[in-house]
Amino acid sequence: MQVDNLYLFSAILVIAVVTFGTRIAPFLLFGKGKATATPSYIVYLGNFLPPAVIAMLIVYCLKNVDFLASPHGLPEIAGILVVTLLHLWKRNNLLSILGGTIVYMVIVQTLVK
Amino acid sequence: MMKKNLKAAFPVTIPVLLGYLSVGIAFGLLFEKTGLPVLWAVLMSVIVYAGSMQFIAVCLLTGGVGLVNVALMALFVNIRHMFYGLSFLDKFKDMGRKKPYMIFSLTDETYSLLCGSRIPDGIDSKSFYFYISFLNQLYWITGTLIGVIAGKLIRFNTTGIDFAMTALFVVIFIEQWHSYKSHVPVLIGLIAPIVALYLFGASNMILPSMLLITAILMGFRRPIEKTDKAGVEHAGR
Repeated sequence: MQVDNLYLFSAILVIAVVTFGTRIAPFLLFGKGKATATPSYIVYLGNFLPPAVIAMLIVYCLKNVDFLASPHGLPEIAGILVVTLLHLWKRNNLLSILGGTIVYMVIVQTLVK
Repeated sequence: MMKKNLKAAFPVTIPVLLGYLSVGIAFGLLFEKTGLPVLWAVLMSVIVYAGSMQFIAVCLLTGGVGLVNVALMALFVNIRHMFYGLSFLDKFKDMGRKKPYMIFSLTDETYSLLCGSRIPDGIDSKSFYFYISFLNQLYWITGTLIGVIAGKLIRFNTTGIDFAMTALFVVIFIEQWHSYKSHVPVLIGLIAPIVALYLFGASNMILPSMLLITAILMGFRRPIEKTDKAGVEHAGR
């Protein structure tokens, strides 16, 4: 596999800079001597974007799944179901993630055979 | 002196030790399985230091996603960090040379610990906060290293292991569902990207999703704020 290390490095650098940017933004924009009032719509988005984002990330993870062709996304659905049920039952992050992943791996590896 | 402060901070960080080691190992493992040089995984844990983002980055990097889309994704996924700093404008004020690192290492878990921990008697608060942040990142980097090494040693068929990322997000999703009174934001987050996916295809769905989500969220602001009084601190992830 051809690895483009320049691309990888650039992409990671971009992510690092943007991530740090989000962390340092309030220190640059607000506080003493700067605009002290945070606009209310920013506060609103700050509160309610995160849950929307996490939902988006799940859709993003599944974006290449073709529900019209076999296996119709059933391994993914099964995996998500297992994670959900385990988590609602025990509320243990590790158990939920491990359980769902193992189930998914078993299904996918069995189907490939 | 340093030992005393370090010893005081360590017990406070034990929950994060467990969490960051496990998720860090998962990240290292997942990354190693992609076949990309593991050096990049470790670099990410050092200079990015953001859980969800690092997992998503694995997708972006293996997909060769363009730098502009990478930047936009990073902005959207990490936008909640902007609000952490607001709580610490004063707390970090007199930290001098430690301040840039304190800002850099502000993750969800570090934020909770810094907000919630009581400083033991006789301990310098600045050192205490610094060690909390430092130890947390140490755990994360260690987890990544262990994961990467484990990935190289594991012999069994690991096809499908990348589902762990989806699983992680589902877990966070369920936690968010419980901690918010209004479920509208979550539903917007599910429906808008599906629409974007349908209209623009898998490789182009990121930007339209973000724009749609932001626009619809703003549109629904009144009803959402009514159901879920804004200004209440929500634990971010």
